[in-house]
Amino acid sequence: MTVTWQNLADGFSLGAIYALMAVGVGLVFGVLRLVNFAYGQLVMAGAFALALASQWGWPLWAGIVLCFAVVLVLSLFMDRLVFRPLRGHSPAVMLVATFAVAFLLENIALLSFGSLGKIASSVSSLNQPWDIGGVNIRKIAVVAVVVAAACLILLQLLLTRTEIGLHMRASSMDFFTARMLGVRANRVIAVAVLISGVFAAIVAVLLTVQSPLVTPDFALEDTIVVLAGVVVGGLNRPIPATLGGFSLGFAIGVLGGALPTTQSQYLPTFIFAAVIVVLLVRPRGLFDFSKTVERV
Amino acid sequence: MRRVLSLDEVVVPAGLVIAAALLGTLVSLSTQTYFTDTLVKVAIVVALYVFIGNSGVLSFGHISFVALGAWTAGVLSVPAAVKPAIMPNLAHFLLHRHVDNLTSLVLAAAVGGVAALIVGVPLMRLSGLAAGIATFAVLEITHNVLQYEERIGPGLNTFSAVPETTGLRQAALGALVCVAVAFVYARSRYGRLLRATREDAAAARAVGASVYRQRLVAFTISGLLAGLAGGLYIHLLPLQAGSLYLDLTFITLAMLVVGGTSSLLGAVVGALAVSALDSWLSVAENGTSLFGWHVDLPAGTAELVVGVLMALVLILRPSGLTGGREFHLRRFRRAP
Repeated sequence: MTVTWQNLADGFSLGAIYALMAVGVGLVFGVLRLVNFAYGQLVMAGAFALALASQWGWPLWAGIVLCFAVVLVLSLFMDRLVFRPLRGHSPAVMLVATFAVAFLLENIALLSFGSLGKIASSVSSLNQPWDIGGVNIRKIAVVAVVVAAACLILLQLLLTRTEIGLHMRASSMDFFTARMLGVRANRVIAVAVLISGVFAAIVAVLLTVQSPLVTPDFALEDTIVVLAGVVVGGLNRPIPATLGGFSLGFAIGVLGGALPTTQSQYLPTFIFAAVIVVLLVRPRGLFDFSKTVERV
Repeated sequence: MRRVLSLDEVVVPAGLVIAAALLGTLVSLSTQTYFTDTLVKVAIVVALYVFIGNSGVLSFGHISFVALGAWTAGVLSVPAAVKPAIMPNLAHFLLHRHVDNLTSLVLAAAVGGVAALIVGVPLMRLSGLAAGIATFAVLEITHNVLQYEERIGPGLNTFSAVPETTGLRQAALGALVCVAVAFVYARSRYGRLLRATREDAAAARAVGASVYRQRLVAFTISGLLAGLAGGLYIHLLPLQAGSLYLDLTFITLAMLVVGGTSSLLGAVVGALAVSALDSWLSVAENGTSLFGWHVDLPAGTAELVVGVLMALVLILRPSGLTGGREFHLRRFRRAP
């Protein structure tokens, strides 16, 4: 196995994308205790928006605006129609419910656009290679890493420097107490869902550039890996969750390119076996070093 | 006084299975396939119920055991003469083995049970979300291996040339076996202890129940039943690794949730109700007529409707159609 610079760049860019998705999933989990299996379908909806915009001949910026609009509206609908009625149920019930929503959205896409999918050709200009010191790196790899880093820094600032950020952190520590102290539940949840939607839209753009063929199961496999990554990293805190998502994305990105096909086809087996091992050894997450103990 | 052993808890689910099978004998042969398929789904959902219903722990991994059962029964049932043509890379010890229908089903159940035991020994320590994700990981691994490992099956190809022995009778008998095992287990000491851990893990521990051991017992039994159901399934129609993956996981979980997770009756009712709806919609996707109206629905409608139904049940009635209760003849008696 030889790891090239391109493999590393792919690893970093996939890791960055998965880190964004992990934050999106983790933010909603923080305030709602809900693992959103349908997160990938938000990305899929955004990708279809891009593909349709490019089919209608819209300029790239208009496509991206449409993508954000579709994903954000869908996120708010999901919150209002599904998450809110389910508030307070056990995490397992909510996971099954979002599983249902995921299949629902996938089948709506199947009904509307067919199983062959659509091609978003207008975004392909971002997929050209750059020549950096004799090494060809795809532009999108750099863009993905830069965008992800910027988003994560902005989010960290929002969480630590603003009032709504304080409310969100308080809610994810103890929602009940936070509400008693005057945190407005619906507002905090709506903001978390919106930010999570913004991240989904960004991921939709980045993923569509990398693979312009948008099908109804777009981002489904990615979501499964990200959910595993988030749980592996530690669901309760945004930074461990991000690191979990990043590490799985990085591992898949590097190994998927570097291993020969006969071995890389078994990559999911190794990744998910590693996930199981981590869950057994550190059930609260690989990167969660806080010292709280479950009490009876 | 409350009866300890109430037979109506098993008579009604079993009666529903038999009724569905009898109804299936009245219709045309092409429609009969849907009834047979439904009965196999009943077997899978009852297998899910044995673990999920009694333990309250979610599992996304049971379809792995269905898949392993299907692969076991399939690979041993394909006639030896055509094996090299269909599966050229098959491992040597599988190439010349051939067993009859019943043996293949027993072996399917055994493989499902052993696999569940092996997986369960480490995994049953987990609960909640970690358990959900870990069982999901098991499903991913099984799917990945079955899809590419051509030494144990057809790989990406369809599992063809398996004798189609699962008719209405075999499917109904298989479903009844599952219902009977599930009933006996749920009424046994083990089943009661496991349900105690579901209601209050701390209290159950305090009276000496081992959460881990009880979950492992249920997981193994439910893996056994899932393997049997997989064996029935591969004898019904040619399957691919892809048909024993997310879609089947979704639809069987939907059946269990819609019926009511915590009762055997719920598992059977959910499987029958959702199957009936799903089958009718699948027929309608190819065009059918209803009361003289021509109905022609686009592909994907069945999953769409089932998805809406599942989400609605979870939101409006989280304990399912049956409310998670068993059927008792004297239901309207004062609550005990």
